[in-house]
Amino acid sequence: MSEFIVQIDGVEVTAPEGTTVLEAAKKAGVTIPTLCHHEILEPYGGCRLCTVEAEVRGRTKLVAACLYPVEKDLIVRTRSEKVDRIRKMILELLLAHAPDARDLQELASEYGADKNRFGKEPSFCIHCGLCVRYCAEIKKKNAISFVAMGPSREISFIPEIAAKECWDCKECFPLCPTEALQAAFVLTKEMAFPSPSLEPAPAE
Amino acid sequence: MPRINSAAELETLREGILAKKVPDKPCISICAGIACLGLGNGKVISAFEDELKKQSLEDKVELRATGCHGFCEKGPLVVIYPEEICYVEVKPEDVPEIVAKTVVDKQVIDRLVYTDPATGSKAALQSEIPFYKNQMRLLIGNSPKINPQSIEDYLAIGGYAALAKALFEMSPEEVLQEIKTANLRGRGGGGFPAGSKWETARNAPGEPKYVIVNAHEGEPGAFMDRALFTGNPHLVLEGLIIGAYTIGSSQGFIYTRHDTPVLRKNLDLALEQAREYGFLGKNIMGSGFDFDIEVHLDVGIFVSGESSALMRSIEGKAPEPRPKYIRTSVSGIWDKPSNLNNVETWANVPQIINNGSAWYSSIGTERSKGTKLISLSGNIVNSGVVEIPMGTSLREIIFDFGGGIPNGKKLKAIHFGGPMGGSIPESLIDTPLDFDALSKLGASLGAGDMLVLDEDTCMVEIARFFLEFLSGESCGKCVPCREGIRQMLGILTRMTAGKGKEGDLELLEEISEVVGEAALCSLGRSVQKPLLSMFKYFRDEFEAHIKEKKCPAQYCKGLS
Repeated sequence: MSEFIVQIDGVEVTAPEGTTVLEAAKKAGVTIPTLCHHEILEPYGGCRLCTVEAEVRGRTKLVAACLYPVEKDLIVRTRSEKVDRIRKMILELLLAHAPDARDLQELASEYGADKNRFGKEPSFCIHCGLCVRYCAEIKKKNAISFVAMGPSREISFIPEIAAKECWDCKECFPLCPTEALQAAFVLTKEMAFPSPSLEPAPAE
Repeated sequence: MPRINSAAELETLREGILAKKVPDKPCISICAGIACLGLGNGKVISAFEDELKKQSLEDKVELRATGCHGFCEKGPLVVIYPEEICYVEVKPEDVPEIVAKTVVDKQVIDRLVYTDPATGSKAALQSEIPFYKNQMRLLIGNSPKINPQSIEDYLAIGGYAALAKALFEMSPEEVLQEIKTANLRGRGGGGFPAGSKWETARNAPGEPKYVIVNAHEGEPGAFMDRALFTGNPHLVLEGLIIGAYTIGSSQGFIYTRHDTPVLRKNLDLALEQAREYGFLGKNIMGSGFDFDIEVHLDVGIFVSGESSALMRSIEGKAPEPRPKYIRTSVSGIWDKPSNLNNVETWANVPQIINNGSAWYSSIGTERSKGTKLISLSGNIVNSGVVEIPMGTSLREIIFDFGGGIPNGKKLKAIHFGGPMGGSIPESLIDTPLDFDALSKLGASLGAGDMLVLDEDTCMVEIARFFLEFLSGESCGKCVPCREGIRQMLGILTRMTAGKGKEGDLELLEEISEVVGEAALCSLGRSVQKPLLSMFKYFRDEFEAHIKEKKCPAQYCKGLS
């Protein structure tokens, strides 16, 4: 497999084909902020906070570092006026849901994001999908899932599976960037008040 | 079972079908497109069946329920061949008279023919009606002439001849070259050259390769693909089989909506017949080429028409897009090379092979070739499906084919491409129908849905409407699209309720920039497009909502 020499914020680093920009940046000692990324999970590309400028042969585009594969003659800029503007807006959009999440607050001060930019809709969940993906990819249980679409999307435990699997696992809780509140809350709620339509049919 | 094993056998079969046809046998072609059925054409069809039986004419007259004739506004439509007399707004009570006078006595019934509302002049023949006159109906023109459920009807009009030509007279390289030289561009919205896409998939390593028909027409106001595919399914299948031969694919998929049962029925029948006749399956037409097609239904969400989401859906997963840093033509379904084109793109392939790229590229503009199906809707006299050469001006489309704006109102804007498209003002009406000319104006052609808006339309409301549509159709995976739509919709809803604030427009622009640049898929990166085009041409209207608390079109309730 071939290797590429790529330049990240002026630092040259060698990365084998198939490496993502995020991995190559780590090797170069450059930090790119992420919210939905986790090393043990498949790259997801949902939060878009890792957006960077990628220049190849004079053409620059904005890409998600967690997914973009390194290539020949790649020059990456992880901070630029545009990149910072995008990250600021992403953080402001998320702070409307989880204004007190510590991870978000730290990033907000770095990028000058105003947590009061948008009206509060505290759902706590920022849809990073770490819990959903951990349960599916690592535990292979699919006890928690995304339901609904677009802005109505939310995470939900599947009561039949959760009732069996979650009590002695709960490994997803510490992954939650909004301090496990939502996961715990949703789990408890679903356990205590399962939707009638999802209750198993009584045995004949 | 007439399985075809060579090009010669196809020709013999075709001659046999034509020989069986009685010359000048009257044929009643009734539009069974979605609009005409909605207007009650089902009853008209039964009335004709009953009447022909009553008059013992079943053997002497052919009755044909066909795909969409295009002139939806005036449905139910009935055309009597061989004269091609076109009757509009037909009711079941008109049927006995049509059979007695027109079918038997060859007389035209005056009250049923089209009357031009502007001039009062009548047009008895389909080709004389202004809506049809000057259209170039290369793709959809055959729909009134065939029964979509009969492969023999398709063969009678020369069907599968292009496939025979490709398989027996051309190498895959030659077919590819022909499509590239024709400069066929994707009709689904992107306008990407189909030949280049085919070439990428053909050259990409990995087996098997897949070819896909995107029949997931989901934009509000887009109904041309459904009309074409339902009315002439074999045309699209033939294009797909030729594409598969060129690319080296043995498996095709048709991805379509779960809520179009007539299309599904015609499609299933067409596939069954194509297999029976040897156009699909092992050793197609005795050429040694193997290929078959599977139909896959969507799960009822707009984003599943996005190519990577569509491919995930075919894999059996939730239709969430993935980033296309590696193109789907290289790594698509199950990470194999997968070539996706829309219904209309595939439908263009047979005629390019039959008539050659030089013929095809003589139609249209320098960089947009061929004809384009347009679904006309909104504030327009003649809503329906038109097919015209690329390069036709928007003025001709709206006023010549579309018959202008109803109720004496003025044209305000034309919106292309639905929730991912853009609006242009009346002042740009002389723009030609051309992929590049329209994108330059900020209103990409999209799939060809043209929404005509009159002076009573509030552009703020239109922008809000599209975002509301999208809020139920985005998958919600990435932050810019999910949260951007939520906030933009919130701001616009406030504005239409008279609660806009200073700074709203700037905030909308700021969100738009981030959504357009950082969202994950092409749907996400386009959700701000209608809004931005309206800012460009109708900014004062947005400002009036905020500063003067006024809706200039007097649409928004609660504003003066």
